[in-house]
Amino acid sequence: MSPKTLYDKIWDAHLVDTTPDGTSLLYIDRHLVHEVTSPQAFEGLRMAGRKVHAPDKTIAVPDHNVPTTPGREDPANMTEDSAIQVAALDKNARDFGVHYYPVSDIRQGIVHIVGPEQGWTLPGMTVVCGDSHTATHGAFGALAHGIGTSEVEHVLATQTLIQSKSKNMKVEITGQLQPGVTAKDITLAVIGKTGTAGGTGYVIEYCGEAIRSLSMEGRMTVCNMAIEGGARAGLIAPDETTFAYVQGRPHAPKGAQWEAALTWWKTLFSDDDAHWDKVVTITGEDIAPVVTWGTSPEDVLPITAEVPDPASFAGGKVEAAKRSIEYMGLTPGQKLSDIEIDTVFIGSCTNGRIEDLRAAAAILKGKKIKDGMRAMVVPGSGLVRAQAEEEGLAEIFKEAGFEWRLAGCSMCLAMNPDQLQPGERCAATSNRNFEGRQGKGGRTHLMSPAMAAAAAVTGRLTDVRELM
Amino acid sequence: MEKFEKLSGIAAPMPLVNIDTDMIIPKQFLKTIKRTGLGVHAFDEMRYKDDGSENPDFVLNKPAYREAQIIVAGDNFGCGSSREHAPWALADFGVKVIVSTSFADIFFNNCFKNGMLPIVLPQEQVDLLMKDAEKGSNARMDVDLEKQEITTSDGEVIKFDIDPFRKRCLLEGLDDIGLTLEKAPAIQSFETQAAQSRPWV
Repeated sequence: MSPKTLYDKIWDAHLVDTTPDGTSLLYIDRHLVHEVTSPQAFEGLRMAGRKVHAPDKTIAVPDHNVPTTPGREDPANMTEDSAIQVAALDKNARDFGVHYYPVSDIRQGIVHIVGPEQGWTLPGMTVVCGDSHTATHGAFGALAHGIGTSEVEHVLATQTLIQSKSKNMKVEITGQLQPGVTAKDITLAVIGKTGTAGGTGYVIEYCGEAIRSLSMEGRMTVCNMAIEGGARAGLIAPDETTFAYVQGRPHAPKGAQWEAALTWWKTLFSDDDAHWDKVVTITGEDIAPVVTWGTSPEDVLPITAEVPDPASFAGGKVEAAKRSIEYMGLTPGQKLSDIEIDTVFIGSCTNGRIEDLRAAAAILKGKKIKDGMRAMVVPGSGLVRAQAEEEGLAEIFKEAGFEWRLAGCSMCLAMNPDQLQPGERCAATSNRNFEGRQGKGGRTHLMSPAMAAAAAVTGRLTDVRELM
Repeated sequence: MEKFEKLSGIAAPMPLVNIDTDMIIPKQFLKTIKRTGLGVHAFDEMRYKDDGSENPDFVLNKPAYREAQIIVAGDNFGCGSSREHAPWALADFGVKVIVSTSFADIFFNNCFKNGMLPIVLPQEQVDLLMKDAEKGSNARMDVDLEKQEITTSDGEVIKFDIDPFRKRCLLEGLDDIGLTLEKAPAIQSFETQAAQSRPWV
């Protein structure tokens, strides 16, 4: 048998049909659904008189535009348009009989945090969702990617997706990370190196010692931003860390089925002599704590650097950098650590898990946020929130001056009331720094939870190593 | 789905790289449960001033490009979120063809589900089309999907590649779900076999 990558193996295990023109029909094991990209898809099913093909493999949760303040179970406390979308998801979930976690359920949260937490996401699966950050689930060695609403309808109706195969790209992070450097710095550093289109046409497999040393939370952070690098999906081969995380979760296999699953999962790795269409290698020790300075996730630099000169770029990036620097209100040559901020957002499917909250709380313990700073923590799920309260993290955040919110996507994409005002500048643990992403005219600097916590204390972008 | 065969239209130049889906359709317009009516909000933050009036500097507000049906764009067009609202908004505005050196994967897929044709070309050819588009309303380009050709206003012909399946779906206006449901027996047999080999799924 010819050697295969992990992607090849998962792909082959899900092939329903291949036509002579090379298009394939791929079976989908898990379909995650949220309120923003699904209403038109369910409407399409209704109009065609179709059912959900596999309601047992379909999991719905409202996350994108739910408020993160108390009282949100009452639609009167939502904006009218948000309430309509959440009510539509409620109705669609019940009418079509899919698994559902409403806002009143402690298990509700960001769909990409709920899936793994509940054991819906398992190694070797295909996972899709009408959301680009579905890449998160690749951390389990599952082939996971975002789809549009038409494809959501296609998966609902058929439990398959028409696909053409991507190329294989290996991203290896060798060695170990330095103190203060986290999974977020890895994933941003990779995008800084490859660019936001560097992964276009590829599925990335992250490997190397530094990746192996990461917890599942960290691996999810890395894979989450594969999409920002342009890749269809990011993958990490499952290992003992993965199995230990999965075992005992509500929807993970049990007993004899666990043993059978484990036997298969242990075959899910790229063969030594597998073919890679592209290879990128980064030395773990060389990665510094990073921040973004511009309006594309590829605008990444170590916190010790300065705002670049647009003339230092080539091609269309010169104009884009000029526009970014103007939008961000920065000056070329300015030290990144001199940039003052007024808002801090800790949360999102990138960094809203328990380990992220622990890392931020470790910096904040016994400290206060800078006067006048607006800082919020939005746990990724109700269960993360409960665990953080149990571990005493919530108290640390509150004593430091952070708002302690309910679970949701919140200020990552600002579809709910958590938004930046024009000109406000935010240290954010989310995934996108696009113009207007966190609110019209808002300015976003992406970074790790520890770096965001450090910025909250000093009031400027800060090298977390100074506070450790 | 609406068919796409040929188009003769005005092309608007948008040389900025990394035009993301938040730029194409900002989040406040995603709170709809319909697919239609988004054209008026396409490129909202670049297209309108804070008071709601049009920004005269934005390309699609210029008299020459108000009826544009083609966009010639910088690299990595459509990056960011999976929101199909982005192609819905562009199609509703009237844009049916986008040409760039590369597209983000999900946006690229979404276009084909909505009768739109995203075309990938090498840098030199995109540069040439960008120059042609800069001529304004005199620059009508012709796009012929069957022949896989773009003809510039000067009569220069540029060939492009397209996946044969997607080409057929566009030319015939085929409905993906209908096509897949014809393969229901294959799906069923896959499920029967998977229930044996991976019962935990």
